[in-house]
Amino acid sequence: MTWENSAITITTLLPIAGALVIAMMPREKDRAIRGLGIVFTGAALVLAVAIAVGFDYGRDGLQYVLDVDWISAIGVRYHVGIDGISLPLYVLTFLLSFLCAIYSWRYVPDPGRTKAFLALMLLLQTGMAGTFIAFDLILFFVFWELVLVPMYFLIAVWGSANREYASIKFFLYTLFGSIFMLLGFLAMYFQGPDPHTFDMVVLRDYGIAGGFSQTFQLVVFGAVALGFAVKVPMWPFHTWLPDAHTEAPTIGSVLLAGIMLKMGTYGFIRIAIPFLPYGAQKYAPWIGALAAIGIVYAALACLAQKDLKRLIAFSSVGHMGFVMLGIATLTEIGIQAAIFGMVAHGVITGMLFFCVGSIYDRYHTREIAKIGGGMLQTMPKLGGIFAFVAIASLGLPGLAGFWGEVMALLSSFSPNEFVLADQVGLFRVFMVMGGIGTVLTAGYFLWMLQRVNMGTLPDQWREAGLRDVLAIEWVSWGPLLLLILVLGLYPRIVFGVTDEAVSGLLTLLGS
Amino acid sequence: MIDLIGLTIAVPLVASGVNLLIGKRLGRRSGWIATAAMAVSFIVALGALLQMFSLPAEERTQVVTVAEWIRAGAAAVSLDLRVDPLSITMALVVTGVGSLIHLYAIGYMDHDERPGRFFGYMNLFCAFMLALVLANDFLLLYLGWEGVGLCSYLLIGFWSDRPDAARAAKKAFITTRIGDVLLMLGLFVMWVHFGSFDFDVVLGHEGSLPEIAAGTATAISLLLLGGAVGKSAQLPLHVWLPDAMAGPTPVSALIHAATMVTAGVYLVVRAHALFEISDVALAVVAVVGLAGALYGGFSSLGQYDMKRALAYSTMSQLGFMFLAAGLGFYPTAIALLVAHAFYKALLFLTSGNVMHGLHDEVDVRRLGGLRHDMPWTAALFGAGALALSGLPPFSGFFTKDVILDLASRDGATWAFVLGSLGAMVSAWYIARLYFTAFIGERRYEGSAHEASALMRTPLVVLAVGALFAGIGLELTPEGTLPMFLEPVLGHVVEGDAGPSTQVLMVLAVVVTLIGIGIAWRLYRPANQERWVSFPEREPGMAGVLAHGFYIDGLYAWIVANVGLRGAAALAWFDRTVVDGAVNGVGTLATRASGLAPIWQSGKVRRYALSFMAGGVALLLYAAVKI
Repeated sequence: MTWENSAITITTLLPIAGALVIAMMPREKDRAIRGLGIVFTGAALVLAVAIAVGFDYGRDGLQYVLDVDWISAIGVRYHVGIDGISLPLYVLTFLLSFLCAIYSWRYVPDPGRTKAFLALMLLLQTGMAGTFIAFDLILFFVFWELVLVPMYFLIAVWGSANREYASIKFFLYTLFGSIFMLLGFLAMYFQGPDPHTFDMVVLRDYGIAGGFSQTFQLVVFGAVALGFAVKVPMWPFHTWLPDAHTEAPTIGSVLLAGIMLKMGTYGFIRIAIPFLPYGAQKYAPWIGALAAIGIVYAALACLAQKDLKRLIAFSSVGHMGFVMLGIATLTEIGIQAAIFGMVAHGVITGMLFFCVGSIYDRYHTREIAKIGGGMLQTMPKLGGIFAFVAIASLGLPGLAGFWGEVMALLSSFSPNEFVLADQVGLFRVFMVMGGIGTVLTAGYFLWMLQRVNMGTLPDQWREAGLRDVLAIEWVSWGPLLLLILVLGLYPRIVFGVTDEAVSGLLTLLGS
Repeated sequence: MIDLIGLTIAVPLVASGVNLLIGKRLGRRSGWIATAAMAVSFIVALGALLQMFSLPAEERTQVVTVAEWIRAGAAAVSLDLRVDPLSITMALVVTGVGSLIHLYAIGYMDHDERPGRFFGYMNLFCAFMLALVLANDFLLLYLGWEGVGLCSYLLIGFWSDRPDAARAAKKAFITTRIGDVLLMLGLFVMWVHFGSFDFDVVLGHEGSLPEIAAGTATAISLLLLGGAVGKSAQLPLHVWLPDAMAGPTPVSALIHAATMVTAGVYLVVRAHALFEISDVALAVVAVVGLAGALYGGFSSLGQYDMKRALAYSTMSQLGFMFLAAGLGFYPTAIALLVAHAFYKALLFLTSGNVMHGLHDEVDVRRLGGLRHDMPWTAALFGAGALALSGLPPFSGFFTKDVILDLASRDGATWAFVLGSLGAMVSAWYIARLYFTAFIGERRYEGSAHEASALMRTPLVVLAVGALFAGIGLELTPEGTLPMFLEPVLGHVVEGDAGPSTQVLMVLAVVVTLIGIGIAWRLYRPANQERWVSFPEREPGMAGVLAHGFYIDGLYAWIVANVGLRGAAALAWFDRTVVDGAVNGVGTLATRASGLAPIWQSGKVRRYALSFMAGGVALLLYAAVKI
């Protein structure tokens, strides 16, 4: 065992080890438990950063590979590795989890039970990280489903009033999607090369070489895409999301928006498109259409929201629409845009949910009308941060939200010239819809700021002792705020990573 | 100094950072730091200009690489600034007028609690604006373009506790964003066609024309014009500008009169090579400009709020600039831009004096006779009004009237006739403001105090510019400034249709005098009881003008009744139909399977638990196997 082949296994499983240690702690040692949460997520982040530092950015293909037999009876292998497409999401997973652990130093929502709360969070972390490194379909599925359970409990136990309904809906809806996904995986196993394999590298090469028949691809792409689309979520499979977000505790929302949604879009890029290129080509206009509808639909829905958290949740549907639009173009720019958009959305929307969590902590309400405005006057720092992040989210150049959106729109101006040549007009309509979406996005975010940040403080809050940003919040938010700026000013830190892998993918697709 | 041009951006940027980060500790020193930064920036730009004079005309376009932005293999994207006669003229306006407005703002914002934040935003604005005008490619231009929009938002909403300021800030950002999206789409077409954003590639260089079909050029030009229309508050995206006056007055002077709103004119003039290839784009620019000139002028007549009247006037003046650009008189468009920067900044700041001296009163019906209490302010406002009205020998005469003169001799009679009507209205509305606010009886209570010397000094400089820029800079087509711009913008070719210049000049003066005469007849002190009234609703034509022909009201109605109601309907649809279907399927499934309703039972939780156990077991198994 060398660092090279064990690094990502150790890093990915470290949080589970942390969960076990925390589970064995006595319940009374609340502070120590929280400290352990920070220690374990912090150590995992250090390892993840070390992996990123040791990564060879000039090279396409998998690195840090470990490929060993697992369940040999059915050819399931423990095949993990990392490439430029995985790496940004992998590191983001560890960063956000670490920041959530710091945030939990102060905020563990009712009913407390810190031990279980943090153990579940760590378990969730392993599941999310594992999804991005798995290169065996069954292993991928295991990590994918592993994510579901701790998130279910985080919502069901630590959520707000309507948590029961929201958690079950979240669980069943995504489970419903993943059943189709699993069926698709099994179909590829049985129709794939001989000997049958779940190995994602083998299946990718087989798929790109045109191994699967066209009819097969149309059916199986539909099944797999449905599983991913629910997770993204794409319109009209999005309705679990606002409920789950609104009821979830703050860190649940941060991780849900920050990482979990990306598992769906990642699935499209990693599995659906390269394995089933013909299916991708045929479905691309439909995916583009759902994405474009989702952008405008979500923005309009945001305009009607009265609950701050629900508004942010709906905005995720729109932002993920831009990501999917980029993917649907099947171009290098579009997929680059999608990966950038995923990272940017993870950072920005994660940060927005932190803000909303802290606003709720002050006001004990999330209703925009009850908050009533004036936050810039009473809590200038929190208000300033909230405005900064909202403006980043509406895609202002120079901040992180810009590049993903603008490049997704640019790619839909000229979608893949080989396979989507006769759909150019359609994609330009999507582009215009996306453009309308950006105006509406500015509309709902600025209207939100007008009602929450600006104006004068309602009398009822004057004596409420609203406290501006706390030290622990600065610590857990600082890296994200910095990243929003750095990603905006220097997008190469993501594009430089994804460059080789994406052009490698597109070269393989060739067409 | 040309090599150091990056400092013009860097210095305000750094000063902005200082003010925003430690502004609280700096207190009132903030304003001086910001003003000094602008002064340094101005000196650098001036130095670059002087160095440029020592070069032959054809070498006056230089590209300065400030930093390498992106390096990917052989392809390197560097951060380039373009120093040429056009960009340096714009940079001098931004830094020169900008410095004076900053200096004024030290006095104006004296009582504000957060000067650090205010001056931080102001400096940040100037840095973005300079990036916009000094950019060597459309990408940096776009970054600056969005950046100034953000600063405009932050500064309009600077007094965020005021509901009207909060509303106006939002409205300004969203309205201009519509234009920004069009501009962005234009850049997409540009990128796909040229594979570059570089001015030299897209706009051609050294006399060579860009290689592009007329249809594509039309598409790009009209999309760029869409951006310009939003930023420069032209029809139909103008509605944000009058409301933007809710911001502090120095902001109105700097952003919403002298600099940001002229960015649209700059964009069209800069990209004129593309517009010229298209056969219709320039005509559209001219029509948009003329419509804005007339609409803004007439709407200004109906305003009682001094700042709103000036805002509509700005729209009208920008319309004249677009008209000039659309007719191909690019140097004259820039000449008017320069002259306007002086006199409109002056007019706004003098109204700022009035507000400062009279507890933010801006309604001319409650002013009157101010020249007694505020002689300096009255004289300075008068200087600005003279310059704007277009009486010789002041700067408006050498620009606005020159545009009409050129139009006439170019055979664009329609532009001449309607433009002259606009010129007449300009004289009318500005004289009206002067007569109503500064002469006659006092209609305010208490006494107004004159602005401090600190606030008056920059105004005197602006007044000198406003009055004498026309002669000093020789803004006429053969004069110093237009000839200086020639290497970039070409020569204004004077046609020879229509009457001679002498006849036209006399005509222009007559038109202006008619405008002033009408204003005197209507608003002279003896008539004040006829127009000083506060009706619930303005009757007839007055109401139409006061509400800017009800365009804003129409938009507001659409947003409220179509937009927000539609959004509410969609949210209902989402809950009951889209989500209803999901819930329906869930209910159906549980009924069909004969199970107890799954929503209430503990089944899911038990299932989830066993799921988790299985997952952990699998992982442990995996760990053991390795």
